[in-house]
Amino acid sequence: MERLNVSLCGIELDNPVIPASGTFGYGHEFAELYDIDLLGTFSFKGTTLLPRFGNETPRIAEAQAGMLNAVGLQNPGVEAVIAEELPKLKTCFHKPVMANVSGFSVEEYAAVCKKLDKEPQVGWLEVNISCPNVHGGGMSFGTDPAQAAAVTRAVKTVTSKPVIMKLSPNVTDIVSVAKACEEAGADGISLINTLLSMRIDLRTRRPVLANVTGGLSGPAVFPVALRMVWQVARAVSVPVVGLGGVSSAEDVIEMMLAGACAVEIGAANLRDPWICKKIIEELPAVMDRLGINNLRDIIGGAR
Amino acid sequence: MKQADFTILENKKLTENVRLLYLQGDTSGITRPGQFVNLKLEGRFLRRPLSVCDREDGRLTLIYKITGAGTGQLSLLPAGTKLDLLTGLGNGYDLREAGTDPLVIGGGVGIPPLYYLTRELIAAGRKVTAVLGFNTAGEIFYTDEFRSLGANVLVTTADGSYGIRGFVTDALPGLDYSVYYACGPEPMLKAVWQKAKGPGQLSFEERMGCGFGACMGCTCRTVTGYKRICKEGPVLRKEEILWNA
Repeated sequence: MERLNVSLCGIELDNPVIPASGTFGYGHEFAELYDIDLLGTFSFKGTTLLPRFGNETPRIAEAQAGMLNAVGLQNPGVEAVIAEELPKLKTCFHKPVMANVSGFSVEEYAAVCKKLDKEPQVGWLEVNISCPNVHGGGMSFGTDPAQAAAVTRAVKTVTSKPVIMKLSPNVTDIVSVAKACEEAGADGISLINTLLSMRIDLRTRRPVLANVTGGLSGPAVFPVALRMVWQVARAVSVPVVGLGGVSSAEDVIEMMLAGACAVEIGAANLRDPWICKKIIEELPAVMDRLGINNLRDIIGGAR
Repeated sequence: MKQADFTILENKKLTENVRLLYLQGDTSGITRPGQFVNLKLEGRFLRRPLSVCDREDGRLTLIYKITGAGTGQLSLLPAGTKLDLLTGLGNGYDLREAGTDPLVIGGGVGIPPLYYLTRELIAAGRKVTAVLGFNTAGEIFYTDEFRSLGANVLVTTADGSYGIRGFVTDALPGLDYSVYYACGPEPMLKAVWQKAKGPGQLSFEERMGCGFGACMGCTCRTVTGYKRICKEGPVLRKEEILWNA
């Protein structure tokens, strides 16, 4: 299906559809449901240097057209990911995978990336400087252009793989953060992570989430994400990956028109675990209807 | 896990807040008592996880409590409505260790999955005692159905308006059983865990994102490591449970 091919930081993708980190585990839950080789790639669960339990439960709340999560970066740590998850992944996924990395210091980001750099199946390092859930954690890096640049520089010195900086929308000026990352050597930008949010239980008058606040995702955030992708894509020359509330083939095309060369799909996987497969299958018909021959031709095509 | 479209045959009131949903559709994804389904509702982003009360080929029974806007919306759906379900979620109860005379212990809306369990246990030739706890006589449901299966049923009410006065644990003294299977609110499970003797399996509830192990929204700590209530649970063995402080 050549019509769907796109390129991301020099690596060819069969299509632009990429399940987003935190909604797809390390792949095998979904490999039981469909052949995940039909994806462009996927971004695996955010990985830190040490194993993390994450936040207490409840970690999940609902919103109109979306959901809040405060999982708090639960993951087995980079050593276990390399020793256990990646060998398992090799048996069900035969393409370069996007490794999502989180950290609580510049040194931690670099240490995790250095270890993942040696893994042949890792195609890209997606560096999450935006997770809003962890106290005193990633938040500060993604909200300050200088800190975002510091992480980018540290990561770039330990890897030869393409580095995609994943930005937080919880900022006043997303373009300044994106430009700082680009100037520090980022090979790509992905955006947006979740929006800082909360819900209160009317009966108990307490926050629904044990962590009090969490990240909003789902269709509710799509227009915000689209606007930020549009702004960033016009301001940087590196590839931009768009995400935030994407739930349909039409949403994928809209994100690409705004300037995304590939599109991640997050919360929608949790509501419909087959959604990425369906979107990939539906894209050609939607493209026909809209007079699009090749997806790569429409990137940034909105005027 | 299997996705299947179901049709509502009946959505009827059992008590003030409890409803029985009788559905037609492909139940082949459901393999063990204690599993749950995750139900999509129009206009709601997250699915609603509901335990399986009973299944047969082409028929599914769910019992749910109206606890919020989502289940309130569900309670208004008429017969004929189509529902998108993810079926066969979670590990369910292990029946291999039931022994000769297992005990099932249920509290309120934790009772439904024990019905399917009891039916399977009795079909396997076990002698089942069921302790079913409610707040008050007006909230009692499904006790006759347990009796019809052939179970020895003991009912407790917290206010003493029917059966044994008190909680399910007040019915335990004097009972002999090979193993217990429990489902109910967490305070009940904790009391059962403390007071019931012998091996046990307890089914837990948690707010879920996906229901199939992808989002890590429902993780709990156990003696044997972190477990996802939706995937490695909802049933945990007595000896692996760690209670939150």
